[in-house]
Amino acid sequence: MRGFRNLIGALVLGAGVALNPLAARAAGEAITLPDTRFSFEGLFGTFDRGGLQRGFQVYKEVCAACHAMRQLSYRNLLEIGLSEEQARRLAADFQVTDGPNDEGAMFERPARLSDRFRRPFANEQAARAANNGAYPPDLSVMVKARANGADYLYALLTGYQDAPAGFAMGDGMYYNAYYPGHQIAMPNVLNEDQVEFADGTKATVSQMARDVTTFMAWAAEPELEQRRQMGVRIILFLTILAGLTYAVKRKVWADVKH
Amino acid sequence: MAIGLHDSTIKNPVIRWVDQRLPVFTMMQKEYGSFPTPRNFNYFWNFGALAMVTLMIMIATGIFLAMNYTPHTAYAFDSVERIMRDVNYGWLIRYVHMNGASMFFIVIYIHIWRGLYYGSYKAPRELLWILGVTIFLLMMATAFMGYVLPWGQMSFWGATVITNLFSAFPLVGQHIVTWLWGGFSVDNPTLSRFFSLHYLMPFVIAGVVFLHVAALHITGSNNPLGIDPKGPQDTLPFHPYYTAKDSVGLVVYFIVFAFLVFFMPNYLGHPDNYIPANPLVTPAHIVPEWYFLPYYAVLRAVPDKLGGVLLMFGSIAVLFILPWLDTSPVRSMRFRPLAKWLLILWGLNFLVLMWAGGKPAEGIYVTISRIATAYYFAYFLVVLPLLGRLERPLKLPESIAMPVLRGGGPIMVGAAAKPMEKA
Repeated sequence: MRGFRNLIGALVLGAGVALNPLAARAAGEAITLPDTRFSFEGLFGTFDRGGLQRGFQVYKEVCAACHAMRQLSYRNLLEIGLSEEQARRLAADFQVTDGPNDEGAMFERPARLSDRFRRPFANEQAARAANNGAYPPDLSVMVKARANGADYLYALLTGYQDAPAGFAMGDGMYYNAYYPGHQIAMPNVLNEDQVEFADGTKATVSQMARDVTTFMAWAAEPELEQRRQMGVRIILFLTILAGLTYAVKRKVWADVKH
Repeated sequence: MAIGLHDSTIKNPVIRWVDQRLPVFTMMQKEYGSFPTPRNFNYFWNFGALAMVTLMIMIATGIFLAMNYTPHTAYAFDSVERIMRDVNYGWLIRYVHMNGASMFFIVIYIHIWRGLYYGSYKAPRELLWILGVTIFLLMMATAFMGYVLPWGQMSFWGATVITNLFSAFPLVGQHIVTWLWGGFSVDNPTLSRFFSLHYLMPFVIAGVVFLHVAALHITGSNNPLGIDPKGPQDTLPFHPYYTAKDSVGLVVYFIVFAFLVFFMPNYLGHPDNYIPANPLVTPAHIVPEWYFLPYYAVLRAVPDKLGGVLLMFGSIAVLFILPWLDTSPVRSMRFRPLAKWLLILWGLNFLVLMWAGGKPAEGIYVTISRIATAYYFAYFLVVLPLLGRLERPLKLPESIAMPVLRGGGPIMVGAAAKPMEKA
């Protein structure tokens, strides 16, 4: 009986949610993400090198003001097509703390290829203090840390809108169509021509969002291209081996009636 | 047994010298060479060998992961990322290990299903079956502790939820939980002991697997007909017949495994486990790994916490006494027209539980979980005991060789009489 009442309850609740948009929002409705095409999708996709380098530029000039990527080192930039000299000069723009030196003091020096990406804040407390109490999360594995990560991040970055009438916004929060609950502490940071791409690509919001998402996807899975190439070879090998093994089995069993 | 050198038949003088003093070669020849095996296995009989290979893969990859992993709450997450990025082929080793756990459970579930369908748990293989269920239980403990090690959000909260189950026991519950944690919350002592035990348990499993195989080689294998071999015409030497057949299954298995590892390595995982553990933020839905979902559904089907915990443990415990619950003397479901469909329903029901375990514990999902839980137990506790008396089984074939040789062909004994001809 109790089960039957649960069933009726679920149907009534479901109908209520479906018919009332405000109730849907209150119940935390499932948000459908638009499907964005990325170069690294599918079984054989690879990272678009131009996109990766533009994406890194967007990260460096926009995101890195608040978001760390502590799993990455400057040497990793060689993998997205920067020359060693370019990466070395780029790293040298950042000051990192090293030490202690012979006098026991910490000191600042320009970053080297072997250094991790410089973090914008010394610790979580400092980050929260500077960001209205919110903690900008580390982006190193963000694409793997969200369901359908690349689509989600692109949608989030392009999903800033005015809050619908009657939607109660918290203090210092921004309305985003794709953030769970729609209130996000991160402001809309991407504006038309926010960065100037060296390759002449026009820096539209969607272009920057796509490129920085590509960069984050690479940062989360730098092994992706090597993994897929190896996978193709291994599966081809195993398929041939399966055929041979089956032929051997047939031969061995040839005189057994079964 | 007489004291003195073993009477070895091996020709190579060096191997013979060793074999006379330590007859491992004779043993291998007896247990894996000429071992008489029913001639009518289907491909379901691959899965024991597949499980053995998977255990070896897990131990091998695990040893290399442990060389680079740091069991400390402050470093665990980053040490896993370092394995993924900076250790040579670390991503491959970790993805094989991570997906290997899923593959292991797929293989074991099919292996258990094989046992249920063909009645492999029945006399004289009761102890063999019990050892198998013990392995399954040890695997669950090992997998659970392994999932905690990357110290992501699901690691932390999964560990919190599962260890807290023990708090349901009256009086001693909270003390057990504190004892398991090594403190008053899931924290560094919990992580380091889980790492230690996660490294230990696979070797315990390997020990029980040895007993499982030893017991198998006393009773001999069951087979799809569920009748005992009556003579050499019913069996084939394990090598080369079943080494060849197991190899086919193994390569196909590796293709599936490789596809998962190389093309969708995170498909069976949860994105939240790539967020570092945070005791102050609870994920919206805490879900265990997919292979625990059926038991999670059983747990949540009961409105009372202690009741849920007891029923969940009961869902494994009932497997231990299964040999005595099934009262039918007929092993294979091929000859049990009613039990066959009720078992297939049980299998589908298990999948329903798995699906329901991944849904939030509310509304219709709870109702479905309850119905499915009821049938899970009813099959073992009501259907099998009664059906042995009520069901009229089909006529069993006279021997394993008879049905395959129907049509009047001469009985083939050649293959069995000259076992090593093809070796």
